[in-house]
Amino acid sequence: MNGLTESTLDPAQAVYDFTLLAGDPWLREIKAGQTFRILDLEGNQAADTLFYNAHDPADRYSAQDTIREQGAVYLGAGTKLISTRGNVLLTITADTCGQHDTLGGACACESNMVRYAIEKRSMHACRDVFMRGIQQWRPAWSKRDITHNINFFMNVPVTPDGGLTFADGVSGSGRYVEMRAEMDVIALISNCPQLNNPCNAYNPTPVRLLIWN
Amino acid sequence: MTAIDPSLIRFEELVPPGSNWSHVLKRGTTLRIIDTTGGANVAALFYNFELPVERLNLPDTLKCQHIARLTAGNCLYSDMGRILVSITADTCGWHDPLAGASNEKIVTGKYGPLNYQTARNDWHRDAYLNFLLELGKYGMGERDLAMNVNFFQKVTVDASGRLLHHAGNSHPGAYVDLRAEMNTLVILNTCIHPLDPAPVYSPRPVHLTVWSSPPPGPDDLCRTSRPENGRGFILTERYFL
Repeated sequence: MNGLTESTLDPAQAVYDFTLLAGDPWLREIKAGQTFRILDLEGNQAADTLFYNAHDPADRYSAQDTIREQGAVYLGAGTKLISTRGNVLLTITADTCGQHDTLGGACACESNMVRYAIEKRSMHACRDVFMRGIQQWRPAWSKRDITHNINFFMNVPVTPDGGLTFADGVSGSGRYVEMRAEMDVIALISNCPQLNNPCNAYNPTPVRLLIWN
Repeated sequence: MTAIDPSLIRFEELVPPGSNWSHVLKRGTTLRIIDTTGGANVAALFYNFELPVERLNLPDTLKCQHIARLTAGNCLYSDMGRILVSITADTCGWHDPLAGASNEKIVTGKYGPLNYQTARNDWHRDAYLNFLLELGKYGMGERDLAMNVNFFQKVTVDASGRLLHHAGNSHPGAYVDLRAEMNTLVILNTCIHPLDPAPVYSPRPVHLTVWSSPPPGPDDLCRTSRPENGRGFILTERYFL
């Protein structure tokens, strides 16, 4: 746990304020110096998030570089989100949840077949949401650009003997995570539609997205 | 060591320290990687050779098997729910899927720069640039990088989430067998682990053997180790129907 750090920013002063429904994609550029908040409106939601260098999206968020550079697997206040080229994309500046996952990846129709049952193929999943998002807003991108993501608000504890578990969320209604863009970045979010595991309490709900200058 | 019947061996090769290697490992063959000196690191990525946009997905691999380390009985999954390779034998016991690739900043930061002009093939190289070089030979590049495995290395996570690298995880002669369940492009290099604490730059060599291995039967260790892997094998076998 990285501890809880509250923000002093006033939502009324935000330059952008949007409520993203479960199962929908969202893509937007966040300028260097802007602050971006993801707010868990109803609790225990998972916001599957990818970041890219806005000027060269081949340089993008790297889960392994991020956890290695901070020497810890969970993300929280103070975490620098590192790109594949070693750039700091954003820094988490406030967090009222306590820890966020970046090992569990995004749910997919195909991984749902492995994890739960082959009959689950048709269920809506984050990697389809990501695909819809890039087809809509970045048609030059492809599946090569849907890489390993952050799961904001999701609790995936790793045990000392090398186990990995999906535990009930540590988030709740009104919890948020806030980060400052250290360079111009593109954020791509799938607000997780998963119905098969406790990552979002089996109940996908909206998240609120705010940006301040 | 379980010796491989010599009549099954297709070829063998030595990968020197800090070097690249790649091969399309055919379904029906197994790659044995032997850490001849102990302390090796093999940074590795895997792709479906027929359609390389299907590739190793470590988050899917870890969550479907509820693991944060790799050993015998585990499978390495693509993003399409199929098994690229399965780990059929392992005398090391722990392979790292967490810490990622060493890069130029890490290697020169710890050991200083050492160029080819000065050191010839003992120059300082890193896993990130080596991955890009080898991927480039297959028409791939930065956008094709993914989370990689570090074979023979152990990184644990404590109760507070801190990463801890364990030196001496692998002993001389330790080996891991990777059985191809698809025609799998293996991209690997023997650059140092990014958390290698060695005071001097000391990548290690590995010995590779590609051998003809029997197909996974109904009681196969990897197939039966978890119900998820049973479904993973079904989906992989359907690909070839």
